[in-house]
Amino acid sequence: MARNIIRTSGLSKTYSIGEVEVHALRKVDISIDEGEFVAIMGASGSGKSTLMNLLGCLDKPTSGEYYIDGQDTSKFTPNEYAAIRNHKIGFVFQGFNLLSRTTALENVELPLLYDRTHRFKNPVEKAKKALERVGLGDRMHHVPSQLSGGQQQRVAIARALVNEPSLILADEPTGNLDSRTSVEVFSVFQELNDEGITIVLVTHERDFALFAKRIIELRDGKVTRDFPIKNRLIAKEELKKLKEDSVVQVEEN
Amino acid sequence: MQVKNILKVAFRSIMKSRMRSLLTALGIIIGVAAVVVMVAIGDGAQKQVEDQISSLGSNLIVITPGASLSGGVNRGMGSFNRFTFDDVEKIKEEATLITGVTPIVRSGGQIIGGVGNWFTQIQGVSEDYLEIRSWKLKSGEFFTERDVLARAKVCVLGSEVAKNLFPDDDPIGQQVRIRNVPFKIIGVLAEKGQTSVGTSNDDIILAPSRTVHERLSGGRFIGSIQVSAVSASQIPKAKEELRRIMREAHKLTQGEEDDFTIQDQADLATAATETSKILTILLGSVAGVSLIVGGIGIMNIMLVSVTERTREIGIRLSIGARASDILIQFLTEAVVLSLAGGILGVALSFGVVYLLNNYTSQAANIKPEIIFLAFGFAGAIGIFFGFYPARKASRLNPIDALRYE
Repeated sequence: MARNIIRTSGLSKTYSIGEVEVHALRKVDISIDEGEFVAIMGASGSGKSTLMNLLGCLDKPTSGEYYIDGQDTSKFTPNEYAAIRNHKIGFVFQGFNLLSRTTALENVELPLLYDRTHRFKNPVEKAKKALERVGLGDRMHHVPSQLSGGQQQRVAIARALVNEPSLILADEPTGNLDSRTSVEVFSVFQELNDEGITIVLVTHERDFALFAKRIIELRDGKVTRDFPIKNRLIAKEELKKLKEDSVVQVEEN
Repeated sequence: MQVKNILKVAFRSIMKSRMRSLLTALGIIIGVAAVVVMVAIGDGAQKQVEDQISSLGSNLIVITPGASLSGGVNRGMGSFNRFTFDDVEKIKEEATLITGVTPIVRSGGQIIGGVGNWFTQIQGVSEDYLEIRSWKLKSGEFFTERDVLARAKVCVLGSEVAKNLFPDDDPIGQQVRIRNVPFKIIGVLAEKGQTSVGTSNDDIILAPSRTVHERLSGGRFIGSIQVSAVSASQIPKAKEELRRIMREAHKLTQGEEDDFTIQDQADLATAATETSKILTILLGSVAGVSLIVGGIGIMNIMLVSVTERTREIGIRLSIGARASDILIQFLTEAVVLSLAGGILGVALSFGVVYLLNNYTSQAANIKPEIIFLAFGFAGAIGIFFGFYPARKASRLNPIDALRYE
């Protein structure tokens, strides 16, 4: 049986804005195992960003429990939260969130600088490997402004990978990208998932959600649907199709 | 995070905005340079004073009329009992720890001779004077004990006087008239340079004490007595001995205050350096204020930097930085900035001091401890003024920080 990576029970988050209480998340129970590729879907305001923040240990729940890789996070101190973010989780954001005027390699190295366990003997080598893995071995010394959006997002993925996390959390990773580049990014995610890395991503585009293996739908802070994808799309094949299409278009012209 | 990485991150972010970092550090650069230069000037002035006092003569002891300032009621300088030649003679006969003694009889006036006339001061001294003041003759000879006793009308010119009255020919053997009394010139003094108050040591005429006393100063009392001790180590004993002799000469009974003051160079130097020390402290503190202003500049820029880099802080927090990592990072940046400013400031001060010493008459002297002090102060300012912005950065919430546009 696969190792359980994420388990929540009764996870709730309530924001109080003045007198008004906003229930962003109401008693969410989900369980995600190692090797899964889950797309969390929902309209804006459905609570998916709140869920991502809680899963990413960036925020604490109002009530409920959250186990990551078997560890109960409810009693964690801020420093332990920081350690969990560093060791267990890799983040990929919609806006890439790379340090500007900092080379790709240095960006990818960043999580290793905050690693207090010194698990990795050679951080630079490790960062290089992560960049090669996302196909940017030749762009290591470029700064973000010299890279395309897709390349920047791949740098961000490399950064998420570099400390060998149990889980990659991606919040609308293709929100700022055109559809073709998005498919490229998903092909990277699928490759990583094929290698056994657990991925949870938030998206509101159903087309992209179909690259995952399982969809969890949220509405008004509750899980409304949770189902495996039967006709899963393979990003590599989609890319091939896109290429053929463009070739056809050129011929037509 | 390891120290190496902390420094690496700090240097990276400082180098990312070079111009701004330089301008921020400029406050510290100027502050540190100002402190070091000001203290160096004060110290240089102090050293100048000390040098001049030691140039007075190596083992010089000066006896002046009037009570010491240190005990009892001060009756004022020279209030009673001025010195007489009897005092000088008594010292000469009885003192064992001295090599020479001279009265100083001051007079002054217009002297006529050579190519024109010149206003200068005339000092009546004994034959021991040159030895006591460790002064040398440029040419000619000095007067003897016999000249003094005979009230001979001979004199020795200071180099400044000689230059002005006899620019072209040798003054020795010629005559000058001092207040209409003719004096024969028998020697010229070697150059000695400036006094501590900036006047020339060389603008002087020396003549036998008794001659000056009777012919020029109209029989007034002796202004002071100067004595040279046999060695520096014997100065305290010599002072004791002189005190006993002077008390006897002035017939002071037990319990009566001294009516004279005996000072050696250390005493004179203390008084003189005290003034320049106060000056140094004053200059240094004014410069210190500019260092604090520089610190406020760092705080200002660090606050702007924290706001600007809110997103960066969010990124760092999200990938596992602790609040303390962020605190240390920003604090290190502030300290690195201020220490870099300190280094450049010290370098700048060396340049300024070099210029002062080589192109102006102002002597400046950089003491090593002031460099460390200025440096330490710069570092402390970095920590003090960097702490608030750094703490602000470390307290950011990662979610808000990541959303910050």
